[in-house]
Amino acid sequence: MTSSPLRRHREEGLAAFPAPSNQRFATGQKLAPVSAGVSFKHDYLDAILKDVGDVGFLEVHAENYMGDGGYPHRTLEKIRENFPISLHGVCMSLGGPKALSQDHLRRFKALVDRYEPAMVSEHLAWSTHDDIFLNDLLPLPYTAQTLDHVCTHVNQMQDTIGRKILLENPATYVLFEQSVMSETDFMRQIVQRTGCGLLLDINNVFVSATNHHFSALEYLDEFPLEHVGEIHLAGHTEQHDDQGNRLLIDSHDRAVSDPVWQLYEDVIETNGCVPTLVEWDSDLPSWEVLRAEAGYANKILKRSERMHQLNNLGTRHAVSA
Amino acid sequence: MLSALDKIYHSDAFAAGLLNPAVPTPQFVLGPDGAKADKRYNVYRNNVTVSLINAVVDIFPAVQSIVGEDNFRFLAREYVRAHPPSSPLLFLYGQDFAAFVAQFEPAKEIPYLADIARIERCWLTAYHAADIAPLDIAELSKVDTASIGDLRFAMHPATGIVASNYPVHDLFLMHRGFMEKAPVDMTNAQSIMLTRPQNDTQVVLLDAGQCAFFTAIEAQKSLGEAAGEGIKTDPNFDLNTAIQMLIGTGATSHLVSQ
Repeated sequence: MTSSPLRRHREEGLAAFPAPSNQRFATGQKLAPVSAGVSFKHDYLDAILKDVGDVGFLEVHAENYMGDGGYPHRTLEKIRENFPISLHGVCMSLGGPKALSQDHLRRFKALVDRYEPAMVSEHLAWSTHDDIFLNDLLPLPYTAQTLDHVCTHVNQMQDTIGRKILLENPATYVLFEQSVMSETDFMRQIVQRTGCGLLLDINNVFVSATNHHFSALEYLDEFPLEHVGEIHLAGHTEQHDDQGNRLLIDSHDRAVSDPVWQLYEDVIETNGCVPTLVEWDSDLPSWEVLRAEAGYANKILKRSERMHQLNNLGTRHAVSA
Repeated sequence: MLSALDKIYHSDAFAAGLLNPAVPTPQFVLGPDGAKADKRYNVYRNNVTVSLINAVVDIFPAVQSIVGEDNFRFLAREYVRAHPPSSPLLFLYGQDFAAFVAQFEPAKEIPYLADIARIERCWLTAYHAADIAPLDIAELSKVDTASIGDLRFAMHPATGIVASNYPVHDLFLMHRGFMEKAPVDMTNAQSIMLTRPQNDTQVVLLDAGQCAFFTAIEAQKSLGEAAGEGIKTDPNFDLNTAIQMLIGTGATSHLVSQ
């Protein structure tokens, strides 16, 4: 395994979002680059309203709010009145060969219109096949044909909701014999052809790099970081493959691991600050523990922001001298 | 050998084994350096199957409480393999779970189990139903008394009725933790109606006459016809009480114009 230093990207990786029209919400604008968020779960509602700590935004899974009414919408209204939200789709199946569900697109658009999220994201994966919903983020080979499918679907989603989306890199457990290009090339071409942004999940990078024996740093070096509008961090578990090698599982059921924090710091220090979310979806911790995870990301963001400001100051002084 | 079709429709071959353990790992999925990848592919089989079983557990916790966790997960695994969801909205899943339970051989010794499953499915529907105001009693006072028997009602989207020959009202509440567990008289037939007039779901106990009445109302029979169904089922059926329940529980959202 080899590693290399990251390229020094200097562009700010934030997408431009349309101005908000709905004044009853706290903010509809893009998030500040120094923002740390967490996945929202209903059980945290009271604790969040009492003491949100350093948490600057909350991310919700779009599908949980696609019902017509009831408690989920009342809760999301309450959250949205107080905080910016990120709307994270998990079931659009952008990576499949079949046409997207019109019903799902319509429900997604209704959520975007109603809650005016600061960010909208989906996955480079598929989850529906032949009208069966498989409830997992399934991998795809990287070929000219799958690239066409994904680009068609990303365009369709963006056109329907009237917003730019951020596409998330997957955590994968297998490779495909059919693949003819790297994941980073594949994602770069999607950005070029659709104008979408990217959601960089650094835990996914670490999981895939470990599973497929490549360098996470080299992957990040090749990743189009200038198009990243959000970063995800999460915990993973460990199993073993047929050959007895480590096989990491993107389980979202524990704290972010040290090597993932290390990669995150590298990305933020070299690329600049990007809104960052800590995902935790099962074996949920107390609100205090989750809030502290976001607080740690916030600390890294703030320190990095100060460092960049000082660097810029130094550059200006150097020029004027 | 890899067929041309596998190459083109990779997802057909990849999907085939996810809910069917008899299907081998697709030949084109690999580990690093082209190594065989059975355990790796099994991660996806496991994710799909377990996450769908967990979805069934989330929808039917009282059924799980009655049969026990191991039995329930076995039942749920058979169900998700035979009836995988067609919608990515899992809160719509399990519409035919009660029917599956009813014909599931190992569950036949628990004759009320399918009715509990029906109630739990109705409960989730009520939870996500549209926020629509129930029928305002003032609407009824506008109706000419002579034609009151011709009224027809549209059910509120949260409303669900489950008719049963077993004490399912008490069993449902006990196994959802809403009522202290106690011995129940298995000959005590209870039917149930769920409504959600505002924020909270209400559980309404129906006797046989009331159940016949509300089932007829739900089928958009006239108030007169529904009253007839109630009396036919139970000679002591009280229409006034039934109408008060119809309005008071928020079971209906509006009058249906003729």
